[in-house]
Amino acid sequence: MIRVLLIFLLLWPATLWAVQPDEVLENPVLEERAREISKGLRCPVCQNESIDESHANIAKDLRLLVRDRLVDGDTDQEVVDFIVARYGEFVLLKPTIGGSNWLLWAAGPLMLLVAMGVGLMYLRGREKAPAAQEEALSPDEVARLKEILKE
Amino acid sequence: MSLDEFTGRFILRPMITELGHFALILAFMVAIVQTIIPLVGAHKKWPAWMAVAEPAATAQFMLTAFSFGALMWAFIVSDFSLQLVTLNSHSSKPMLYKISGTWGNHEGSMLLWVLIVTLFGAMAAWFGNNLPPTLRARVLGVQAAIGVAFFAFILFTSNPFVRLAVPPFDGQDLNPLLQDPGLAFHPPFLYLGYVGLSMAFSFAVAALIEGRVDAAWGRWVRPWTLAAWVFLTIGIALGSWWAYYELGWGGFWFWDPVENASFMPWLLAAALLHSAIVVEKRESLKSWTILLAILAFGFSLIGTFIVRSGLLTSVHAFANDPERGVFILMIMGFFMGGALILFAFRAGAMEARGVFGIVSRESALVANNLLLAVSCFVVFVGTMWPLVAEMFFDRKLSVGPPFFNMAFSPFMLVLGLLLPIGSAMPWKRARISRAVKPLRYVFVLALAVGGLAYAMQSGRSLLGPIGLFLAAWIVMGTIIDLIQRGGRGPDRWARLFRLPRADWGKMVAHAGLGITMMGVCGLMAWQQEDIRVAQFNEPFDVGGYTITLTEVNQYEGPNFLTTMGYITLAKDGREIAQLRPEKRIYPVAQMPTTEAAIDYDLARDVYVVIGDEQANGGWAVRTYIKPLTNWIWIGSGLMALGGLLSLSDRRFRVAAGARKSRQVPVAAE
Repeated sequence: MIRVLLIFLLLWPATLWAVQPDEVLENPVLEERAREISKGLRCPVCQNESIDESHANIAKDLRLLVRDRLVDGDTDQEVVDFIVARYGEFVLLKPTIGGSNWLLWAAGPLMLLVAMGVGLMYLRGREKAPAAQEEALSPDEVARLKEILKE
Repeated sequence: MSLDEFTGRFILRPMITELGHFALILAFMVAIVQTIIPLVGAHKKWPAWMAVAEPAATAQFMLTAFSFGALMWAFIVSDFSLQLVTLNSHSSKPMLYKISGTWGNHEGSMLLWVLIVTLFGAMAAWFGNNLPPTLRARVLGVQAAIGVAFFAFILFTSNPFVRLAVPPFDGQDLNPLLQDPGLAFHPPFLYLGYVGLSMAFSFAVAALIEGRVDAAWGRWVRPWTLAAWVFLTIGIALGSWWAYYELGWGGFWFWDPVENASFMPWLLAAALLHSAIVVEKRESLKSWTILLAILAFGFSLIGTFIVRSGLLTSVHAFANDPERGVFILMIMGFFMGGALILFAFRAGAMEARGVFGIVSRESALVANNLLLAVSCFVVFVGTMWPLVAEMFFDRKLSVGPPFFNMAFSPFMLVLGLLLPIGSAMPWKRARISRAVKPLRYVFVLALAVGGLAYAMQSGRSLLGPIGLFLAAWIVMGTIIDLIQRGGRGPDRWARLFRLPRADWGKMVAHAGLGITMMGVCGLMAWQQEDIRVAQFNEPFDVGGYTITLTEVNQYEGPNFLTTMGYITLAKDGREIAQLRPEKRIYPVAQMPTTEAAIDYDLARDVYVVIGDEQANGGWAVRTYIKPLTNWIWIGSGLMALGGLLSLSDRRFRVAAGARKSRQVPVAAE
């Protein structure tokens, strides 16, 4: 039984690995750039992984493609453009600022401005507000107070 | 087969499951009663109707607990006549994972969800004796309404008690990634947190119906929020720790939609904790606090919706079913829409009373709330943007970690910078120079720590030094703040230990935040990585450590097969540790997993993963040096501990209705 299982183990096709040792470029500077680029590209068939993390076949192909382009002398931007031209902007983990995406990037800062404005208005209002009058006790509370005082 | 055995197998065991199903339906009925009667009673001021809430809440909880227990029993005894057990369990699975398999699937996890809703409702009933009767009836009524919605969801779209006409001989096993002690308890904690916020929601809606929010309300709602936040902190930390050691490359946070779904309520709960203090101490920020309480639970529902609908694809989504998604969307629309409309009509009645200057503790807490709420908004926009872009602009795009790191982190940086200053401010009116005075030296010292880190590192990264600076600034700043609170004079140290536990909790939790920031920055800035083919007994160096692969063997585990590497880790010629990275295969589930070997240390982790055998006889080995990583979880632990310390503060014990201990001293005085 164990032998059958071990054969099964050896025949297991996929590995759980992202970057394989044989993919690594000799030139450490180029390899470093390749890693940086891969971290920003999404694996097209995975849930939410970059090609650097993914062990899908297409991610491996893309990693090799990135390295090929770099060896051929492309700049980082050219490599990214090359892949975006083929797979669409879906592969960009960091969305561009162009088009409607400005809204995405500006959402935080704009909201902060609005929040700060409202917050400041509130704080100024609190500063100038007249000191609160102590609220009169409700009838219930008056009754309870009497009871306590009697004790 | 004896008669006893026969009755056991064919009569009693199936009956437990049927009784569980029946209990669930009964609980649904009780929840409906508990929604209607106490709310009407509170409106008409009929004490008898209001009094229905307490026994109903208890009954609802008992019935749901029985139902959940019955489902767990089916998993423990591997009752494959239940479809759910067949799909998610296997007879050879270890007992711990049979138990955790109960909630490791959609139906079971929703049952756990509603179990916790009823648990919190029952606790509010048991400990809420000192709440005004109408408020209490309304809180329990609203809590039961949430229960009704989710009981209906379970019974009509995701019934865990569905039977198979022809039970198979064995099951299809639980996703092996989920077969892990860290993950076994990740969902329950997360759910305790999500659902704990339902209490804050119920209190908020009850207060809106009541039309009255005062200091006492702030004091009642805070312990529930605090508890929910503590559970969320633990749940998120467990999940992130699990991702770190299980997924095989040592990432701890991926900005995955589902992670964001748990992070957004965490951020809002943190904001709510702080604004409730202002309500309690200063009777201000009332309507904002109510709104936050509504939104915090709203984000819990959004989180549930994201996970359960599969609208945003994610590794966590095990139920991609549009019908369920629509149902949860309806629940969300009902509760959020209803609560917000109520808010729009009633918020005007909540007038603020406290008067305070622009420089004051109140303003600092407002700033805290602004930063937390806006950062939550950024996470929300980033998470939803792919959907929005596709629906409205016809663009298929992704929003990944690089966006969140850039758009979210600045808020945390500012929050960290302001934290020690804000927490040193006195209430009402402060002079900035006086509040900041004791912090001057700490600031200089923290800058020195950051500068030292910058000078000593090999690269030019700013991230690592910033992390160390923030940690030093926050930790030392909060300690100084606590010491100041002890006052002056010879017995100041004794006084320090007599300070309310809430003060200590504040210090510990804030320090924890600083420490977590340090861990995150350190790991992201200074990680080293090495990928290579290792030959047997040929040592190689990574970041000052020597690594030697001596052997690779194959073994059989209880429900998996494993390939195990034997690796010696040494530094300066001295052996530090033996590491055993594994690759596992779970034949039933047909899934491989990696088990990284990690040498844990406070300064750094050495993280080793083994890959495939290579053509030339060597093995692929991946090694990471991960500096300061453990501080991420130590910091999270401190945050949770700080929350627990605050939770045990005397004023909450009194507020939460420790009746006996309250009455005795009064009589004695």
